[in-house]
Formats: sequence, structure tokens, C-alpha cells
Amino acid sequence: MNYDRIVLAHGSGGQLGNDLVEKRFLPFLSNSILDKLNDQGVFELGKQRMAFTTDSYVVSPIFFPGGTIGDLAVNGTVNDVSMCGATPMYLSLGLILEEGLPLEELDRIMLSIQESTREAGVQIVTGDTKVVPKGSADKIFINTAGVGVLDAGVCISADNVRVGDAILVSGFIADHGMAIMSVREGLVFDNPILSDSAPLNGLVRDMMASGAEIHAMRDPTRGGLAATLNEFARSSGVGIAIGETELPVRPEVAEACRLLGLDPVRVANEGKLVAAVRDSDAESLLEVMRRNPRGGDSRIIGTVVAGPKNTVVMKTAKGDTRIVDMVVGGSLPRIC
Amino acid sequence: MKARISVKGIVQGVGFRPFVYRLAHEHGLPGWVLNCSSGVEIEVEGTKEQVVAFARDVRGKAPPLSKVIDVSSEFSTSEGLVGFAIRESVAGASKSTLISPDIGICDDCLRELFDPDNRRHLYPFINCTNCGPRYTIIRDIPYDRPKTTMSTFVMCTSCQGEYDDPLDRRFHAQPNACWECGPRLSLVSHDGKEIGSDDPIAATIDQLKQGRIAAIKGLGGFHLAVDAENDEAVRRLRRRKMREAKALAIMALDTRVVGAYCHIKPEEEAWLTSQRRPIVLLEKKKGNSIAESVAPGNRFLGVMLPYAPVHYLILKNDFGALVMTSGNLTDEPIAMENGEALRRLREIADCFLVNDRDIYLRTDDSVIRVFQNREMPLRRSRGFVPVPVHMDRQLEPILAVGAEMKNTICLSRGNAAFVSQHIGDLENLETYEFFRMTIDHLKRILEVEPRYIAYDLHPEYLSTKFALEQDDLHPIGVQHHHAHCVSCMAEHDLSGAVIGVSFDGTGYGLDGNIWGGEFLVAERHGFTRKGHLRYIPMPGGAAAIREPWRMAIGFLHTAFGSSLKDQDIGLVRNAPENHVEILLRMISSGVNCPQTSSCGRLFDTVSALLNVTGSVSYEGQAAIELELLAQDNGPEDRYDFGVDEAAGVHIVDTVPVIAGVVADVRKGTDPAVISTRFHNTVASIVCTVCQRIADSAGLDRVVLSGGVFQNYFLLSKTVAMLSGTGFRAFTHSAVPANDGGIALGQLAVADEMVRMGKSI
Repeated sequence: MNYDRIVLAHGSGGQLGNDLVEKRFLPFLSNSILDKLNDQGVFELGKQRMAFTTDSYVVSPIFFPGGTIGDLAVNGTVNDVSMCGATPMYLSLGLILEEGLPLEELDRIMLSIQESTREAGVQIVTGDTKVVPKGSADKIFINTAGVGVLDAGVCISADNVRVGDAILVSGFIADHGMAIMSVREGLVFDNPILSDSAPLNGLVRDMMASGAEIHAMRDPTRGGLAATLNEFARSSGVGIAIGETELPVRPEVAEACRLLGLDPVRVANEGKLVAAVRDSDAESLLEVMRRNPRGGDSRIIGTVVAGPKNTVVMKTAKGDTRIVDMVVGGSLPRIC
Repeated sequence: MKARISVKGIVQGVGFRPFVYRLAHEHGLPGWVLNCSSGVEIEVEGTKEQVVAFARDVRGKAPPLSKVIDVSSEFSTSEGLVGFAIRESVAGASKSTLISPDIGICDDCLRELFDPDNRRHLYPFINCTNCGPRYTIIRDIPYDRPKTTMSTFVMCTSCQGEYDDPLDRRFHAQPNACWECGPRLSLVSHDGKEIGSDDPIAATIDQLKQGRIAAIKGLGGFHLAVDAENDEAVRRLRRRKMREAKALAIMALDTRVVGAYCHIKPEEEAWLTSQRRPIVLLEKKKGNSIAESVAPGNRFLGVMLPYAPVHYLILKNDFGALVMTSGNLTDEPIAMENGEALRRLREIADCFLVNDRDIYLRTDDSVIRVFQNREMPLRRSRGFVPVPVHMDRQLEPILAVGAEMKNTICLSRGNAAFVSQHIGDLENLETYEFFRMTIDHLKRILEVEPRYIAYDLHPEYLSTKFALEQDDLHPIGVQHHHAHCVSCMAEHDLSGAVIGVSFDGTGYGLDGNIWGGEFLVAERHGFTRKGHLRYIPMPGGAAAIREPWRMAIGFLHTAFGSSLKDQDIGLVRNAPENHVEILLRMISSGVNCPQTSSCGRLFDTVSALLNVTGSVSYEGQAAIELELLAQDNGPEDRYDFGVDEAAGVHIVDTVPVIAGVVADVRKGTDPAVISTRFHNTVASIVCTVCQRIADSAGLDRVVLSGGVFQNYFLLSKTVAMLSGTGFRAFTHSAVPANDGGIALGQLAVADEMVRMGKSI
């Protein structure tokens, strides 16, 4: 696909976004740290290994069941630092405010930022505020950056997945995306769908302490589980096979997905992680994860296989095996 | 004088040299014959009259499986040859000739099969140069026994004698075999244990008689078989195969038996009995004894005659008809290896009639319908593939990778376009691997290395993603409906501009919307979109395809706005309360709501409005069920529609059609009348827009392509209406109108683009 300008699909976590990074950013910015294309850059400052990340938050609505744009901005960045096995320490906070934003709403956002930094045990140590005319932003946009420290010798990376590894997910998928969609589309359920927005550094700390051999870890946000698993498969040159019946999906989330015609494996999460783990460590690690409140519903959902390479497949409930590919842009139907 | 005669076409592995040998003896001419890289070379000596008569017979009396494309002669002075010899093939022999498709058992072998005095009496793998497996057993070329899956069987003295004797029907018959030396049948249970080892055929018949499901290995893969007159058994098969509604094919011994179930027209009989043995769609007779669950609610039945000896052995005395459906779980490709069948079909079949002759390349049964005395392929596979579609030009070296569903691929060599067997829906892993294997295999046996790769513009098609990963090939994107139209043009050798009407379910449009009700002014290398059905939202994207009621909400919203809820029709009344609300919100916010001009979706909607189908279990189900309601002697009137022109583009407003259908539904009009009126309307839309385009563009040729035109009722109406207004209408007879024909169209478009330098 050739575009001469940015379309929304460039930002939907699919192939177009990857193209943007690989064809338009890296040629200018390439260096050995950035080129790994992990969710965080890992480098040494003096003797200390560091992990550093940044992310921007533009979610609408800014208040949704289970969270606000504020805790999302903290949790997302905390999680990105954590996914390489690092301990997040300090965050920056950049605010772009639209003219007219009620201060009461700003206060609620600040409160949620405070609460999430407390749970994560991190501090906001620098910040910036800009105000733009009405219409130039949608109420509030937030950018955060975060740094953390990383023990020597830890090597958790998307290109480190090995054949035979077990694939673990830390709980129910698609909660965040469907919580947002339900609000936008007016879906009403007996059990309202809540965003899973949460910091995962505590869970990661327990996982690291367990001694399990973790090869890769990521939080499947935009593009959902499908995008993350495809990144694992492609970065490591392996195949990944998951089972549809193994996937933890809440009934109300499954129903909402069905109504909107969405696939839970392609819907965003904000408080879940996916890990590729040495098979022999998987069961014991699962026990450790389940003891943490952020991993109570952890499950093994699949395994890493030799082939077909660079491909994710899913055994469906019906019994056939379907290719779960990386979407290029939006979600256009391809069936006739 | 001496004549050197070169014969090109399907002339190897089909008994051509023995035929020439016999012919030379009949004419009393000395000389020789051999296989060479371009086909068969013959030299004979005699008077001019003699050699000319001989050359005429080479073409005129050629063996049944051969296809002579060209015979050329060069004359010189005699050398005084003595006797006639079959010479050793020259180096590189049979490298570039055509491979025969798999062919149903011939009359001679059939006679021998049931002749108690013949040494192959009841031998399930009897064949000769005139029949038997070819394409499915060839691993590589040249076509010689060691390069086939028969390589593991060493011929006994008798078979070897036949194989070596130029006058024998089995001279160089590569799959030649007998009880002594050839493959064997065995009937096994799930765990591979033999059942009834002394007579597997009798044991299989016994199982089928008891209503059990047998997996039977045939030429191109496994069938799942049950007694077609046993309703309970057929229902069990449907349940286990997870195939809810789609019609199942049956196999019956001969046309006399078929005649008890179905009406057979002469052209249909010719196809039924042809050695290609496709499944032919026939109209059911009232009160026939086939279980209703075979093709529920369907006026038609897919019927084929036996084609492998094993089919005759099972059917000969014991069954009226057997259901013979592809040995697969719905959505998977047909199983072909013994172990694979046992693994994948274990939950479906009660027993497995296997054999030790491996199938190298799976090939499904072909399906055709006879339309106005000509075949209209719905699935082009066994018996047809790899016979190429010949073009009126030398083609560039191109691989076309087809669409996403009903995928086929196409490779060019010389002036021939080789369309592969039916591959299937690529999202399934096994099917995708079959897709890749077929590309490699066809490249190998055709000995071609493409330089260009033609693909669909849909960014999410797996065939598209595959094409864009082939760094060594020059990619050429082809719009879906352009490919449809050009596939029909290529079949008919049409050049220049035509009006292309391409009606189907889904195709990616140049504007990023989903097209499917398209009027193009098409040339091979390009097109202008001159008209289309009005855009309608599809709430839920792919879900709106699986659940036609969603699409109906999209149409109703366009027709009535939010007052659609006041329409007193079943579809609105029966929808769960908040679902309509949610869909309306999706439409207004545009969330997962692509826009489509698809005619397939219009059919879906009318089907849903008639409460025919709320959701579908196979592609095209809603439209097929709507077609079945239409009546040949029904009303001639139609619903209103509008055509608005903007900037030379004719946009068909389908809202009045929907309003008309809704009004009829509310009045309680007979669904058969509504369906007939609707079909009349679509035919009229085609004709009206074609006339408008013709007025400005001065074109009188119309090609009709896309899956919607598999609708027999619609196609008949449309062709009649177009012909009646002075158009020449062209329809498919070489490749399917559905996406199985896309690869051929892509190849023809890419070829013309390369020729014109437009793709570089």
C-alpha cells in the first residue's frame, strides 16, 4: 500500500505502523539500541544498565470504566519499562491541554495519576504543560517517559523466543479495548466491562525472582495479542501456535466482540503481559504469577514451534487451524 | 518423399507413440516416432498422397486423452527407411510438453475390471494409457514411473511386458499395475487396524449398508461416503463434518440410475459421462429417493459418475447412490495421505478404505453446471487441471497468486495459462501450505521461472502478503473486479474495450472501500469505473457477511434512517432488542463499518428480509437460497431503482429496491414472487447501466463475471435482456465466475501491463 499522507491506519498497531518506523524513521535515526525495536531502549550509564521508554496517550473518552487517561499514561509507561525485566523508577509527565477543559476533570486525572504511581512505586520527577486552542487537541493528550534499572545479564527480548517455549498470558484479554468501545458504542451489559489498566512491575518482579527462564515479554496493547505474538514470531524467526479454547476471554467481552464484529486477539489490553518462557519452567512460573493480584488469571495459551516460521496460528474451537496474521491497516473483511 | 511431422499438445503419457506406430502400419509407411522436448516427432516415407493422408489421421484419430494443438510437416526426399520404429526419447524429452489431468476409467479397463477371465478382474487400480491417475501422482518431470508415486512398485513380468510392447494399450502406462505387483486396498479403523482383510470392498459395502461413514481414498484425495438414501446416516455425516446446510454431492453408477433421481438434459449427460467426470448440477425429480438432508431445500443436486475403479467396485450392485463429499473438516483442504486422513477424519469417519498408492498433489472434484448448452465451471479441478487456457498471444513469465477464498494460482508458459486446481480459503493453515506447495510444484513441472507476480490489491489477503514478500519478482497489483472481467475476456480472446459487469461479494476497491457491484469500461491493461451500486455501511465488517441481518440493517438504515425500527417486518421484530440499536450506533460512528457497493450483500439483504437466512454457514448461502425461491414462470415485473450520474459515473440507488421488498414483505407477498421480482430487478439494473455506458462509450460487448453470476436464474435473465437490447454478452466456460477465476484474470492483466510497459 502506498500512501502520500498519514492515514488513521498508520496508528492502529498493524503493518502500516511498522512500515512507518522501518521505512521512514529508522533511515534517519538508526542506532544499535533503537534498531532492536523493543518497547524500550536498553543501555548502560556508567556501570548501571538502564531501560528507557516513552509513550503518548490520546484515548477518547478520557474517563472510562476501570480507568482514566491519567492512570493509562502511568501504567503504559511503567509496563513498557518493565517488559525487559527492568524495575521502573522515575517518570516524566507532559500535558497538552485543550482550551476549555474543565479543571474538575483535570483534577480527577491528576488523582488517578497519583494513585497509579503509588501502586507502581514510581515517582513523577519532571513535567511540562502546554495549552492549545479549542479543536487543536481532544481535551487532553499526555506524554510520559520512564526510566528503570536492569540487572546485568538479564536478556528478555522479542528476538529471543525459542522453539519449545510456552506462551503465557497474565489474564483475560481484550478488556481495555472493549471497555472503551462499549462506552463509545453504548453497549450495556449486566456486568459492565472494565478496562484492565494496571501497572505490571510488581508481577514482573515476582516473575524475575522466581528464577524462571523468561525469553521474551511484552504488554499486548494496540493490535492486541495477535500483534504481539506476530512480533515475537518474526523477530525470532519461529512459529507460534495457540489454542482458541485456551484464550481467557470474559463472556461479556466475547459478546461485545461478537456484536461489533471484532476479534478478541486483535483488541488492546492495558494491564496484561505475554511471555515466552522455557517450557520446563512454565508451570512453576504460572503458580508464581497466579499468586500476584495482577496475574490471578494467568494461563498457558500456546507453544513456540519450528514452523511455519514467522507465523502465528490458532487452533479454533471448531478444530481447524487458522493463520492469525498481522493486519496491514484497519479491519477490512476479506471473505466473500 | 519423406515427411517430418511435429505434433504439439498433450501427446506424452497418453498412448500417442503406440497410436502412431499402429497408424503407420495401417498406412503401410516406414519411419519412426519419438518423444522430444516439444512433443512428438514422426518421420514417414511414402508418396505425397500417402504421407498427407497419414498426417491427417495423426490429428483426426488421435487417442482420447491426447489434445493435439498443432501438427506441422516438412517435406524432403526419401532416404529409403525400412520398417517403423519407436525410438528412444531424445534428451530433455517430455520436459516441456503438457501433463495430462487425472482421467476416469476408460471403457476397455471397465470391461476388464468385471471380466472374470481377465487377470485384473476386480483389481481396484486397473488403468492404461487412456485412463487413470496422472497429475495427482507426478512428483517431477519427465513423466516417467520413477518420478511418480508408483516408483515404489516394481512391475511383474506380465505388466512389464505390456509396458514395453508398443502395440499394447499399456505401453509406457506409468501407473500400470495388477494384483501381482501393484497397490492394494485395505479397510482400517481409526487406529489403523484392518477390518475384513480378505475382501476390503465387501467389508466397506457392509459398513456403508449399516449406515456408517467410510473415508474412501480416490484419485485426488479422500471422500467421505455414506448411503445417500439413508437420511439418518447423512445427518450424522453433516453433524460430524460440521457442515450444516451446504449441499453434498452424490455418486451413482450410471446415467440410468441418475435418471431416477434427476432430470438430465443431453449436454448434461455428455458431461456426466465424459472421462473428466465432473460433478454436474442437475435438477431433482420430485419424489426421488435421495435423502432430503443431502441437499436440503435445494432444487438441484450435484451428481457425478464413478471415475476410479474402486468406485465401480463399491457401487456396482449395492447402492443407488452414495454421498461422496470431500474428506475434510469444513474449511480444511481435502485429506490425501493415509496417516493424515486417519488423524484429521477420525472424528468423522467410522472406517477408512485406504491404499498404498500415494497421492502427491491433492485435487478436489470439479463442479460444473450446463448453461445454454455450454459448461459453466463452478470449481475447476480434477479432470481439468493442468490443461491450460490457451491465449491468443505469447505471455510474459508471470505467476498470479489469486484471491483469498476459492483460491487458485496461475502460471504462464508460451501462450498457455496454467490455472491450478482449486486450493481453497487461505486463512486455513493447511490450505496456505497447499497454496505454497502448488506454486512450487507447478513451477517445477512446467519448468518456468516467473519474473512478475500478479496479486490482488486487498492489503489483507494472504496471497497479497505472500506476493509482496517475493523480493525476486516484480509485483503487479490488479484490482479484483478488473481481474474478474479480464478473466472472462481472456477466455473469449477479447481485446480492446468492453463493458465489464462484475458482481460479487467482496473486492478491494481503489478508493479503499469494498466493491462488488461494478460497471467497468475494461481493457486488458486497465479500466475506468463507470458505475456501481450505491455505498451501504456494513456494520461489523466480516460479521455483516456472516450474518446477513446486519447487512439488512445497513440497507434499512440507508432507506429509512432511524425510522427503520417502525418497519413492521420480521427482521426488525425478531432482532434482539439492543442489537439494532448497537448496529445503528456503529453506523453513525463508523466503528468497524466499512462501506460497500457489493451486489452479493444486496442479495444477502433481500434474503434476510424474507427471513430466509439470519446467518450463513457457507459462502453465498443467502444468495443461493434466494435464487432457489425464484420461479421460471413467475412475475415479469420488478422493483424500482434509481441511476444517478455524477462526473460520468452511474450510481445505482438500491434504496427503492429495498423499499419495494419491504413493502411486499409487509403485504405478505409470496417470497417466491418477491425473489423473482428481485432477480428481474438486478437483471434490469445491469441492462440499464450498460445502455447508459454504451450511449457514451459506443461499446456493445458486455462481459459478465463475479460470483453473483453463478446464479443461473439471474444469468439467464441478464443474458436474455442484454441480447434483446443489442449487446453481445460473454459468460464464463473455462474458469469459474467466482474467485477461482481471479488468478487467470490477474495474469492476463499483468501480461498486458508488462507488454505496454505500464508496470515498470
